[in-house]
Amino acid sequence: MQQVLNFLQKNSYKMLFFLLLAIAFRLTIQSHSLQQSVYVNSSNEVSGFVYEKTNNIKEYFALKKTNQALVTENQKLKELLFNKKDTLLKPQAFAFPGVKEYKVIAGKVIKNSFNKQQNYLTLKGGASQGVKTDMGVINQYGIVGKISKTSTNYSTVTSILFTQEKTNAKLKNSNHFGSITWNGKNMGYVQLIELPRLATITKGDTIVTGGYSKIYPENIPIGTIDKVYIDRVTNYYTVDVRLFNDMSNLGNVYIIDNKSKTELQTLEQSLPNE
Amino acid sequence: MNSYLLISILRFTVLFLAQVWLFNNIEFWGFLNPFVYILYVLLYPVNANKSFLLISSFFMGLLMDMFFNTGGVHTTATLVLAYIRPTLFRFAYGVSYEYNTIKITDKFTSETFILVLLSVGIHHFILYNLEIFKIALLWDILWKSIANIVLTTTTVILILLFLKPTKR
Repeated sequence: MQQVLNFLQKNSYKMLFFLLLAIAFRLTIQSHSLQQSVYVNSSNEVSGFVYEKTNNIKEYFALKKTNQALVTENQKLKELLFNKKDTLLKPQAFAFPGVKEYKVIAGKVIKNSFNKQQNYLTLKGGASQGVKTDMGVINQYGIVGKISKTSTNYSTVTSILFTQEKTNAKLKNSNHFGSITWNGKNMGYVQLIELPRLATITKGDTIVTGGYSKIYPENIPIGTIDKVYIDRVTNYYTVDVRLFNDMSNLGNVYIIDNKSKTELQTLEQSLPNE
Repeated sequence: MNSYLLISILRFTVLFLAQVWLFNNIEFWGFLNPFVYILYVLLYPVNANKSFLLISSFFMGLLMDMFFNTGGVHTTATLVLAYIRPTLFRFAYGVSYEYNTIKITDKFTSETFILVLLSVGIHHFILYNLEIFKIALLWDILWKSIANIVLTTTTVILILLFLKPTKR
């Protein structure tokens, strides 16, 4: 017994080191699986507060640009509104009164990240505003990411620049589906994989979100085709997609709440496994 | 309460806030940030309690991971740096380390430069290896670490020169 105690006393420094190292490794490995670490993330009130204060200062330097972007977006929305087709003549039989499929919540990026393999953004806007896990996040140019964790006033977002994330996407003009993922190299480009070789594609074609996604509404812009690689082994294309969004410069965003998501999920779960 | 403990806690807070508020926003070439918070490990007194250094470095790294959303990579890198710090000091300063007479802010010498470069190098190498964690991106790891080592070393040395007391 005495020897054991002596040993412990002699090596206490080393053992402390290895204990702490084990915890650190555990956290590292946890972060490499898809789920974000439960305790160590920036959606908590402390870092949210610090980032909000920092962002308040930074915002002053971009006021003019933000204004310009909002004006442009407003102009587009007005255009849509004024050019709306006459809906009175359409049959109303399939529209349920009072059912809205999507709800839009305004949010603001207070901490951006784009230079890692797994990029998380921090948003102002959390559970008290109605933000929940797995909601889509977009801005006026296109998709940004999806909500990962929320606290009362803040939330974190897994950016589309996230190497383990896959998002359903399609060609705008032909409805061929594929998945958007990121190879971790260039923050201006994402990769469209699993796109069938039957699809006719040319450089400059627009890629939008697909209808299979329960997170994003259909037809949210993603980017344009930049380079096409043909995989000799499979029957799929791999395509470099140039993002519409400048991921290094994000400000106001919209969080999309898909009202029918839970319904869709329960419906799909009730199916027998294929 | 020893005075070094108070000074260390103060230094911890100042470096942490400086890192989060100031140095994280530099984004040189879009992806480089100097990680000056490792100055905490370097400036810790040579003859002070080593276990306290280990634990505080662990928490420094943990706070960084929390703010950067990086899981545990900063924690691991900072912890390892704190653990091998005596070895690095002995390597850089040789025999004078044994007599506990070193204070790296006293005078800027080539030994200080070697110490800073080695510490930053080891820290960043562990950091980028764990963060990217893919053999296919080996060149990315190397290029990012080397570019960031240069940036952090320069910043740390500039701060050390700035901290140098004007008269003794």
